[in-house]
Order: sequence, then structure tokens, then C-alpha cells
Amino acid sequence: MSEQNQQAVARYRNNFLKEVEDRVEDGEWVKMCMQCGVCAGSCPFGPHWEHSPQKIFMMIRAGKREEVLASDSMWMCTSCYNCIVRCPRKLPITHIMHGLAHYAHRLGMAPKGQPTREIARLFWNNLAKTGRVNELKFSLAMYFKDGFVQGIKNLLAMQGIGMGLMKARRLNPMEILGGHKCKDKDGIHKMIAKAREIEERKQGYAS
Amino acid sequence: MSPSIATNQTILVVGGGIGGMTAALEAAECGKQVILVERNATLGGRTARMNRYFPKMCHPTCGLEINLRRLKGNRNVRVMTMAEVSSVTGRRGDYTIILKLTPRYVNTNCTACGDCAAAVEAEISNPYEYGLSKTRVAYLPHTMAYPMHYVLDPSIIGTADAGKAKAACKYDAIDLDMQAETVELKAGAIVWATGWKPYDAAKIQPYGYDRFANVITSLEFERLADPHGPTGGKLLRPSDGKEAKNIAFIQCAGSRDENHLRHCSRICCMASLKQTHYVREACGESGKSTIYYIDIRVIDRLEDFYRKVQQDPTVSFVKSKVAKIVEDKDGNPVLHGVDTEGYHRYATTHDLVVLAVGMEPETNGIKLPDDLLLDSSGFIEGSHDEGMFGAGAATSPLDVNRSVQSATAAALRAIQVVHKTAAAEGGRP
Ligand SMILES: Cc1cc2nc3c(=O)[nH]c(=O)nc-3n(C[C@H](O)[C@H](O)[C@H](O)COP(=O)(O)OP(=O)(O)OC[C@H]3O[C@@H](n4cnc5c(N)ncnc54)[C@H](O)[C@@H]3O)c2cc1C
Ligand code: SF4
Ligand code: SF4
Repeated sequence: MSEQNQQAVARYRNNFLKEVEDRVEDGEWVKMCMQCGVCAGSCPFGPHWEHSPQKIFMMIRAGKREEVLASDSMWMCTSCYNCIVRCPRKLPITHIMHGLAHYAHRLGMAPKGQPTREIARLFWNNLAKTGRVNELKFSLAMYFKDGFVQGIKNLLAMQGIGMGLMKARRLNPMEILGGHKCKDKDGIHKMIAKAREIEERKQGYAS
Repeated sequence: MSPSIATNQTILVVGGGIGGMTAALEAAECGKQVILVERNATLGGRTARMNRYFPKMCHPTCGLEINLRRLKGNRNVRVMTMAEVSSVTGRRGDYTIILKLTPRYVNTNCTACGDCAAAVEAEISNPYEYGLSKTRVAYLPHTMAYPMHYVLDPSIIGTADAGKAKAACKYDAIDLDMQAETVELKAGAIVWATGWKPYDAAKIQPYGYDRFANVITSLEFERLADPHGPTGGKLLRPSDGKEAKNIAFIQCAGSRDENHLRHCSRICCMASLKQTHYVREACGESGKSTIYYIDIRVIDRLEDFYRKVQQDPTVSFVKSKVAKIVEDKDGNPVLHGVDTEGYHRYATTHDLVVLAVGMEPETNGIKLPDDLLLDSSGFIEGSHDEGMFGAGAATSPLDVNRSVQSATAAALRAIQVVHKTAAAEGGRP
């Protein structure tokens, strides 16, 4: 168990709802859910995930901490906003789902190898390095995330699209040599560090 | 403009539904002068358009008849139909009201023989039947209409039908020269018994009321079930006229929803429970009613009614707010959602869907006197100067029983106001 996770367990004991209210973005809305089921029935991913928002919110209230944080459901959310538009109680459901994903990730409880999570991580690491997304390196990292053989297979499968992108000058093969960056790379790193510090304070992890 | 026809000891009641009729009669039977103003061509309001009444499953004609008899026997009430309040000025004890009168084109000579209707040809969508049927341009609003006079639809003026109607009438009751007029009157107190209207079901986009013929409102269902209604009491569905046996009721259609009406409309749970009786009566054991609900809200004594319906094997309950409706190739509505008891995903086909639409104040969208106090949904709570009162469903979504109670209370308050006015003027109350 990560240190942050241990601290959270010690602090909130069995009151997972309180924990979510304090620490998850828009978590204070969870108690407003009246369990009508509209979000569950409106989600285009509906049948393909285990826990619909309706169910997740009830599980939070029932204190099912492990199950909620380890669920891959919130990672499946495509941000289509159907549920937000229809919820009769106006819960910002999409935001809560992302908030939960973020919180689970930070506590080290998010499901390992969950593809959306992996891609998010690759994207962030790529972006944070130079302040610009290196499309080529990002695509390669994505293709090879499941090993060398799968990576080659992915490359071959995507060959046509890659060539098309290069022709349209949307993908520059020279990017492999480092690629374009922000002028003030150090400035970007400092800015990100500062933003993280503010966020930590806001979330109550640092003073 | 016609001169004043009342004094500041008069009580004005706006709206001639069960609430307004009650308020007017209670005050008049205490000896007060009352003017009862109704926008439509007849008194009766929404209650006259229902098939049966919970909790006793009685016919609306029964309650109406009693009140109409009281009204006919009372000289203190003056009824004005096709009249709408267009402005109120002044204050408690001394209001000036402007009424707008719409021409009926039929005077009080009318004996309701119906010869004019037989003579004309043009038809309009029948307002009393929520457009489910057509009626001739000369028509009687309904069999319990008060006053019992025919009405000519304004579209008849200038057509050949106008002449035909006039020629057919043996009593010289048709007056094609009637004009719209405004009337000014005085009143000491005003009772707003303007009632409710159904929430516009087309606004609930995922339910497709505007797209699917077999998705109807609870009010339309009342008309289908009525033996005097457009289908003679048969539950025939609109798309193909086939008998509907497997019927879904969707609760909270537009109520308890921040995107629509915030409040619980309170009556719709009871209305759907009542309507399962219609299905049973029409189809017997082969009928099937399914109620989709968030929670069933029936108030105090009405709980017994709910228990009885729960015991009916042809009625089932699904705890879920339906997420969306689609139509299959045969025009059957298919309901999609997830139930809260077990989180099962369903896609269930029915013959007909009845939306238990919410009730909102009839006055929503029209300009009311600034002095009136409204709640967050627009229901009337009273007035700053304590000279105007709400009664019946204008004050909150109430059933008939509670509308009548609220109307009696409003009448009492209005009486107190005119008493005080009289005392202040040195007259005897
Ligand atoms: C589907 C459904 C089923 C129901 N079934 C039952 C039942 O079985 N039993 C029961 O007890 N209750 C039932 N109700 C509730 C019942 O309809 C109301 O309690 C009742 O209509 C309230 O009467 P009211 O006089 O206050 O209002 P209304 O019946 O709405 O009457 C208001 C009157 O005021 C007039 N008016 C409005 N605005 C103006 C204006 N500006 N100027 C002049 N006149 C105006 C209107 O034309 C109307 O005649 C049901 C409701 C619904 C939605
Ligand atoms: S739609 Fe809103 S109120 Fe209904 S179950 Fe989902 S979150 Fe809860
Ligand atoms: S009475 Fe029932 S159907 Fe109507 S709004 Fe309330 S809970 Fe919903």
C-alpha cells in the first residue's frame, strides 16, 4: 500500500464518502445522487463496463473503497457528457468520474495496465519533457507499450496512416532526433512543478 | 370600455375549475358578492376532462354536478366565461381589474339543441380532447358544459359556415357581430384559482413524445379511457389503432428534474396507479401495466390505494427512471434503462407508453400582478398586501380533495379582507 493510501485509510477510516467529498474533484456532489439510473442507461459504454456511475456512487456511499478505487470503469469514460446533460439532479458525473480516476491513480490503486491510463501516462510524460507533444515518439511509445513483437505488428498495421500523415506534413520523421520544443524548457518544468505544489496544497497533501 | 360592474366589497375569483368554483361558492354562500371569471367557454377546468377520480374511482360529472347545482341556486355569484384578467392595479380592499372578453358568437338564447353544429362543415382539432379528435366549428365544449351554450370557433367568421349556423338556429342565438371587449371592475379581494397545466412532454427529448406516435401523456390516456372520449373508451394506440394491452407508465416525466420542473408533481404517482385500473377494466387478465418509477409517492390515506394496486398480478413495478425510448420497426416503443434493484440493464418493448407528465402552474409564462408571491416553481403563495390568495392547484400540485380544502381556506381569507374593507368604510360587513 502506498504511503498516501495508508494515510488516507488512517484518516477516514470507514467513511469513504467523506474521503471522496474531501479529496475527489466534485466529490461533494456524490451524496446528491437519487439513484434514478438515467446516467447508467444513457452511457454509450453502458454494457461494456462493470460499474456505471449510478453504481459507483452507491458503492461510495456503501464504503466499498477498494472496489471503487480499483475499478476500471472511470477509466472507460469517454467524456461524452450524455450523463451530465440528463442527470435530473445535475451531478457533474463526467468530472466526478475523472476525479475518481485521478485519485485512484495518485494512491496507486488504479488498475494496472488499463489502456486509457497507460496512454494518459505516456502522453503526459511526452508532453512534460519539452513542453510540446512529440507525435512520433508518442505514437511509437504507444505501439510498443505491450512489447517489441506487438509493437512491430502495430507499426505494420498503422503504416498506411503514418505515410498519409507524413505526406500531409502532419508527421515529421525527423522528430525522432529530439524534435521541436518550447524555447524555455526549464521555465516549463518550473511551471509544472509550481502547479503541482499548488494542487497538492489544495488537495490537502502538503501544507 | 364598459363601466365598473362591481364594488370593492366584491370578491373576484379567477379560474373556474373545481378550486375556483369552490372558492366562489363558499364565499357566496356566506352572503358575499362574487365574480367568477373563467378563460374557457365552460366551467369545470381540468377535472371535467378526466375519466375517473381517485381514490373512489368516481366520475368527474358527479362532483361537478353538485357544484353546478349550488351555483345555479345562488344569486351572489356572477359567472363570466371566455374572460381573462389582463391587468390588476390597486391594493388590498381596492383593486381595479381589467378583463378581456372573447366573443362566443352565441348568446344566452341558446338551448343547446345542436342545430348549428349539424349545419356547419368545417372542423377543428378538439381542444377538450387534447387534439385526439376533431370537432365542428360550432360545438358544445362537453356534455357537462356550464353555461350550457354552444360556441363558434373564431375561424368560422367570414366563411359560408357562419351563415349556415345562423340560419339553422331557431332561437336567434347566433350573433356574428359580437366583438372582443374589455371590462373594468372593482374588487376587494382576489382569489387566483388558475390551476395547472401539463408540462410540455416534447421537451423531454429522450422520450420522443414529439417523434413516436405511441408515446402519449397521462392526460391523453384519460381521454382514451373515457367512454365518451375519442375512442369510445377503448385503449387504441395512435399509430395503428390497435388495442394496447401491454402498457408502460413512466413516472416523473418532467418532474423532480433540474432540467425540467424541480418539484415533485405529487399527483402523477396516484394518477398512474389509478390508470392501471383502466387497463384492467379494458383488457382483464390479458392486460399488463408496468410502472417505471424513482419512488412511488402517495400521500397519507392514499397508501391503501397503492397497496391494492401492488396486489394486482397484472401490474408490475420497475424501480428505474427510463433513460430513453426508441421505436422498433412495428412502431412499438422500446424502453431502455438500468434498474436500481440489482442494476440490470433492460430493453423492454411495450404497445403504448404513458408519460406521467408533471404539473406546472397554468400561469407560468403569463404576466401576473407584481404584488403576487410565487414559489420557485411559480405556484402562488399569496400577495405582499395580503389581499390576493391562491386556491387549488394554482398553489401547488394538489388533488381534487386538497384543492377543495385550499379553496375553502382562500374563500375565508378573502371574506376577512372584504369585512375589513367594509368596516373601514363604516358600512356593515
Ligand atoms: C393525469 C392526472 C390525473 C389526475 N387524476 C386525479 C384524480 O383521479 N383525482 C384527483 O383528486 N385529482 C386528480 N388529478 C388532479 C386534478 O386534476 C386537480 O386537483 C384539479 O384539476 C385542480 O383543480 P383546480 O380548479 O385547482 O385547477 P384546474 O382544474 O386547472 O382549473 C383551473 C381553471 O382556471 C382557468 N384559468 C386558468 N388561467 C386563467 C386565467 N388567466 N383567467 C381565467 N381563467 C383561467 C382554467 O381555464 C381552468 O378552468 C389528476 C391530475 C393529473 C395530472
Ligand atoms: S442520473 Fe444523476 S441522480 Fe440519476 S443515478 Fe445518475 S447520478 Fe444519480
Ligand atoms: S408524484 Fe410520483 S411521478 Fe409525480 S413527480 Fe412525484 S414521484 Fe414523480
